[in-house]
Amino acid sequence: MNMVKESHGVFVFAQQVDKTITNVSYELIGKAKEIAGELGTEVSAVLVGSGIKQLAQSLVEYGADRVIVIDDEELETYTVEPYTQAVAAAVRKYNPEILLMGATAIGRDLAPRVAARLHTGLTADCTALDVDKEKQELLMTRPAFGGNLMATIECPDYRPQMATVRPGVMVKRLRDKEAQGEIVLFDAGLKKNHCCVEVQNVVKHIAHKIDIQDAKILVSGGRGVGGKENFKYLYDLAEAVGGTVSGSRAAVDSGWLEKDEQVGQTGKTVRPGLYFAVGISGAIQHVAGMEDSDYIIAINKDGMAPIFNVADVGIVGDFKKILPELTKAVLAEKNSQKQ
Amino acid sequence: MRIIVCVKQVPDTTEVRLDPVKGTLIREGVPSIMNPDDKAGLEAALRLKDSSGAEVTVITMGPPQAADVLREALAMGADDAVLITDRAFGGADTWATSCTLAAACGRLGYDIIFTGRQAIDGDTAQVGPEMAEHLNIPNVSYAAAIENCGDHLLVKREFEDRYHEVKVNTPCLITALAELNTPRYMTPGGIFDAYREKEITTWTRADLPVEDENIGLKGSPTKVVKSFPKTVKAAGMKIERGVDESVQFIMDKLKEKYIL
Amino acid sequence: MDFTLQKEYKAAQQLFKDFAEKEVKPLAQEIDEQHRFPRETVEKMQKFGFMGIPFPKAYGGQGCDTLTYVLCVEELSKVCATTGVIVSAHTSLCADLIYKHGTEEQKQKYLASLASGKKLGAFGLTEPGAGTDASGQQTKAVQDGEEYVLNGSKIFITNAGEADVYAVFAMTDASEGTKGISCFIVEKDTPGFTFGTPEKKMGICGSATNELIFSDCRIPKENLVGREGKGFGIAMSTLDGGRIGIAAQALGIAAGALERTVSYVKERKQFGRAIAGFQNTQFTLADMATEVEAARCLVYKAATAKDAKQKFSIDAAMAKLKASRVAEYVTDRAVQLHGGYGYIREYEVERMMRDAKITEIYEGTSEVMKMVISGSLLK
Repeated sequence: MNMVKESHGVFVFAQQVDKTITNVSYELIGKAKEIAGELGTEVSAVLVGSGIKQLAQSLVEYGADRVIVIDDEELETYTVEPYTQAVAAAVRKYNPEILLMGATAIGRDLAPRVAARLHTGLTADCTALDVDKEKQELLMTRPAFGGNLMATIECPDYRPQMATVRPGVMVKRLRDKEAQGEIVLFDAGLKKNHCCVEVQNVVKHIAHKIDIQDAKILVSGGRGVGGKENFKYLYDLAEAVGGTVSGSRAAVDSGWLEKDEQVGQTGKTVRPGLYFAVGISGAIQHVAGMEDSDYIIAINKDGMAPIFNVADVGIVGDFKKILPELTKAVLAEKNSQKQ
Repeated sequence: MRIIVCVKQVPDTTEVRLDPVKGTLIREGVPSIMNPDDKAGLEAALRLKDSSGAEVTVITMGPPQAADVLREALAMGADDAVLITDRAFGGADTWATSCTLAAACGRLGYDIIFTGRQAIDGDTAQVGPEMAEHLNIPNVSYAAAIENCGDHLLVKREFEDRYHEVKVNTPCLITALAELNTPRYMTPGGIFDAYREKEITTWTRADLPVEDENIGLKGSPTKVVKSFPKTVKAAGMKIERGVDESVQFIMDKLKEKYIL
Repeated sequence: MDFTLQKEYKAAQQLFKDFAEKEVKPLAQEIDEQHRFPRETVEKMQKFGFMGIPFPKAYGGQGCDTLTYVLCVEELSKVCATTGVIVSAHTSLCADLIYKHGTEEQKQKYLASLASGKKLGAFGLTEPGAGTDASGQQTKAVQDGEEYVLNGSKIFITNAGEADVYAVFAMTDASEGTKGISCFIVEKDTPGFTFGTPEKKMGICGSATNELIFSDCRIPKENLVGREGKGFGIAMSTLDGGRIGIAAQALGIAAGALERTVSYVKERKQFGRAIAGFQNTQFTLADMATEVEAARCLVYKAATAKDAKQKFSIDAAMAKLKASRVAEYVTDRAVQLHGGYGYIREYEVERMMRDAKITEIYEGTSEVMKMVISGSLLK
């Protein structure tokens, strides 16, 4: 545990997989820059992997003042022990006051192990990070009680204050190709991990479509869609508007959609420009994953469905009748705009 | 083989409602359940018991009524249950909780520890890996499949777009996802035995080899500053008209917003 | 006198409720429309011990009691009366018969498989000419050396064709009247034992209701239950227990219809508000709920009496008499409160109404229940 008074700097764990920086890393640097500004300090990214030095520059271009690069064969494929050693070593050396990580399948495993090794506090799945200027500390806000309540957490006596943030929550800055920053090669003194965990095989899922978190328009279906065949109405509309189909947990559990198309607390958080909620009741578990969409249009035959409380436009009606007409109207409008 | 499963009793947050007038949570009448990720961990342990023979002990840290989830676990087939309860443990964050549970595991002895990935009320997903750190054992998270090979396990470890086939030596800690398996139902006989025949061991502060500075509210590095209901996004316009009018309404709005 | 369920019963009830919601309810409409026996549900129930709830562990059962069994049938019947009666007929009419009246060898050979879920049971008493008047048995059993030879037929048998083990009644000595009837265990696939075409019924359409046909069917003499001539007594005592199961089924149907109706009237709007806001709806629901609770008290009381090894025949008869009528009344009002939608298959209350009718008839008609009850009053 490092001394509170002497710690300074906002650190971001820059997750990379297969020598590609994960988007959430850039998002966190964006937020870190704001926090650092309020604290009068700087942003460092910690880049961990093997053969990844060349990635450091992009982190600078997205806002990092410094990149600490830990490049070692042991770090080629993620396992928790070598990565924990690497991050902990960097923290012990540089004594940051804050360390942020993405709440990804890696981050949610790595962050607690690091926090425990450093004997410090960790707050997970934060939706907001603010600075208490008087106390010069981080205020971490996260949903609790299944998303029905918000809680603001502090870590007053231990450093670094650690937080994980879900992808899609923070906003990355515009890339500045002219940006300059310090790139430091750091020897974490890694001990080869004999005892414990060995990755024998890496198998990728077959990726065949746009990640819903990257989509600008989502046409999302829930239990009310009623069946896999009915999703054709949604796919037609999505194609017409240039969007992607997603759904609620009910749709995924019923086998109408894949898990990676699920929006919600146990799925993905999305913030598209336009979100169609079709046959979705609007339970908190789903709304928590999409309520920050810029514009929400809900179509549901139940006028009392809670989704109407978050929708900008609510249409009470039968989607099977409305969507085909809407699709036609959109195509007609696009055709007329081309001329 | 000795397996410990950590379970938590949580309110069924899918049943929680907001009081529309006060904006606070209505907690009364909300049923308590075994946290779904933990139940998957228990099922994984029971399957290892079925296939390789193992002794399965369930433990939970909580108030006295948490004994109900231990009964449920016993009814599903667990062999022993330990309730860790004491006012001294109250208000614990994940550091303090993980220290307390790790101490209990240390006292019980184990080859494998299962925890759920996250609790639906706390949602932090930290206790498992932190426990592994305190116990100085390896952990594998997001386990989607587990195979027992005697002195080691083969685990299918999920990531967003891929999975790793991981070999991990025992003793180790595995965190389970609800998607890992479909937990078995209890049997009526199992329920009766759990309530009538089986004993739940209760441990208080004095029974655990853990330091005061690592337990309860005082032992928690993180503290809650405040909690508040979410600001509800204001409802927009809602119409209930015919198909043509509805479509026209949407088209007008889309054009207004420059989406088209 | 504490009328609340203790923790273990509440936990068991929750188990049955969860199972019913997840495994049984999704199939209820389909098996009714297709007249299909839900074999997959039966296999799941067998796996989790639902088919041997009140029997000791020594015989492969769950070691629980009649009250637990009643809670099971009630929860299943709330979502699917067919599934409820499959469990009831198997448990009360076949397995319990062997448990109460069988020899140790018969219990080891048959009860163990029935209670542990390896085999399904059925009960064959009714014949074309012997319904309420069960004494007129035409099916004959003649001893021939080490075997009995069965000839005759049974009608309206629940689980027929699907069950593996049948408790069957036949006349061994016609000159003795009811004291000439004997009880036998017959296994499926015994040569000379076949089934008729399944009946198409008003309700519980997924339940296999069929004829049993015996044509020079030879069974080992060890399959006689009790002694020759004791069959009628065995049948009557078994039906006493069976009545508790059917009462539980009727209770479940009524309770399920009530729950659906309460949900519906909160959602349905007419004249600018939910119909739950109208006093007619409220008063009707109050009547329905009171009737359901009254039936529940009688059913649980009968089960508790049986568990306490007290005399329970009258309690069982009252429970079935009341619960079956409550099921008819509540389902009828449920359809009415649903209005036009109540007549539509998808809304399920019309199925519950069709299912309810049989509970007043089988395992002893309401009229027989009244004979039993008045008989004890006027002794």
